[in-house]
Amino acid sequence: MTDIDIRKVLQEELNNIAPEIDMAGVDPTADLREAMDIDSMDFLNFITAIHGRLGVDIPEIDYPKMFTLEKAIVYVRTKLESSKA
Amino acid sequence: MPSLGADMEAGTLVEWLVKPGDWVKRGDIVAVVETQKGAIEIETFQTGQVEQILVNLHSKVPVGTPLARLRSEGEEKPRPIVAALLPTAPAVPLAAPSVPPLAAPGAATAICASPAARRLAQESGIEISTVTGSGPAGAITYADVELRLREAVVPPEKKRAPWLDLDAMRTAIAAAMARSKREIPHYYLQHHVDVTACEQWLSQKNATLPPDSRVLIAALAIKAVALAARRFPAFNGFYRDGKFEPAPAVHVGVAIAIRGGGLAAPALHDADQLDVDNLMSRTRDLVQRTRTGRIRSSEISDATITVSSLGERGVETLYGIIYPPQVAIVGFGRTLVRPWVVEGAIGLRSVIDITLSGDHRVNDGHAGALFLAEIGKLLQEPGKL
Repeated sequence: MTDIDIRKVLQEELNNIAPEIDMAGVDPTADLREAMDIDSMDFLNFITAIHGRLGVDIPEIDYPKMFTLEKAIVYVRTKLESSKA
Repeated sequence: MPSLGADMEAGTLVEWLVKPGDWVKRGDIVAVVETQKGAIEIETFQTGQVEQILVNLHSKVPVGTPLARLRSEGEEKPRPIVAALLPTAPAVPLAAPSVPPLAAPGAATAICASPAARRLAQESGIEISTVTGSGPAGAITYADVELRLREAVVPPEKKRAPWLDLDAMRTAIAAAMARSKREIPHYYLQHHVDVTACEQWLSQKNATLPPDSRVLIAALAIKAVALAARRFPAFNGFYRDGKFEPAPAVHVGVAIAIRGGGLAAPALHDADQLDVDNLMSRTRDLVQRTRTGRIRSSEISDATITVSSLGERGVETLYGIIYPPQVAIVGFGRTLVRPWVVEGAIGLRSVIDITLSGDHRVNDGHAGALFLAEIGKLLQEPGKL
C-alpha cells in the first residue's frame, strides 16, 4: 500500500466519525482530536476501524503515534511493512 | 404514542417495523417515532399478535393515541397497543407547573396569550389553544406562535433525516434545563480522585485485547457511580408530585455529546449489574446509536441518575445540571497528571475532578459527600468494579 492509499483509508474512516468535516481542509500535522473534535470513544472507533480494514493492530501505548494524519500514515505504513517482512 | 419526555406532546410515526399478523414479544422494537430528541425506537411492553395498524406513516399524533391493536395470546378481543407502549415510568407528569395542559376544545377563551400572539395565530390559521406557552404562568407569546409556525411548515418526510434535528434537540434541552434550574435547588460538591490505579489496570487489561474489546475509563466511572447509587438510594430515583421516589433499579443516564451541538442522556439499564466489559460494549453501542439518532423509548425515559464525563480533553471540572425528575448528576472532568502526596511523598498521579450536583429537596451536602466519597473509594480498586 502506498502512502496515498493509506491516507485515503484513514480519511475515509475519520469521515465516518465526523461526516461534516471536509478532510481536504484538515492540517495533516494538527492533532486530529482537536482539529476534528474527536473524543476518546470516537478515537477508539477509529482504531477499531483501521484494525478491521487493514489488519493493523494499534496498541494503546501507540495511540499518540496516531494523533495526526501525517504521523498516522507513517505509523500504519511501518506496521504494514513489518507484518510483511 | 408513548410520552418520551416532559415536553413531548406529539410524535410523528416514521417507520413501522411490524405488520398485521406479526407476533411480537415484550421488548421488541415495533416502530420508529420522530420527536424533538430525534428518531426513537418504540418497544412494545406486551406479547401478542399485531391485529391492526392504526397510525399511518408520517402522521403526527398526540401522546396517548393508540398506534396499533395487539391481540394477546388466547385473547378473543384485541386491545390497543398504546397501553403496552407507555414506558414503565408513568407517562412522566413532568410538565412544568407554569405550562398549562393542552386545552380542551372550546376552552379557548381561558387561554392566556398576548394580543400579538393571538393576531399571528389567527392570521396563520393556527388554533391558539394548540400552542404551548412559555411566558409567565404559561402565557402564549408571539415567539411561541412563531416556533409553532416553524414546526408546522416542516413537512414530515423532511424530518426523517438520518441525522438528528439539532434545533429541535436544543429546544428540548432548553426546556428540561430551564425546568431544572427553576425547580431544583441544586447543591454542588467536588472531589479530587486519584485514578492512577484505574489507568494502570486498564492499560494492563487493554494491552492484550483487540481494539473492539478495549475498555475506556468512562466505563469504570459509570460502574462506580452505579454501585454507589445502589448503596445510597437517596440519589437514585425520581422527584415527582412533591416527593422523592427511590428507584428499585439503577439505570445510569450517560450524557452523550452529538456533533454539531447536541446532547442526549439515554439510560444504560441495570448498570450496577453489568461487568465492566459488558458495560463498555453497551456504552459503545449506546453512544453509536445516540449519535446516529437511534435511541429506544425505554432508554429515553428510564434513567434514574446521570453521569456526564468530559473524557480526555477539555477542562478539569464539570458541574452538571440535574435532569428532572432525577435528583442527582455526577460530573467527571478531564484526567490530569498532578503532583500528589502519596504516603508522605510527592509523586505524579492521574487525578480526576468528580462533582456531584444534588437536589436539596431530597437530601443535603452531608449525604452527598458520603455518596461522592464512595465513588472515589470504588475507583481505587478497579478490579472489583
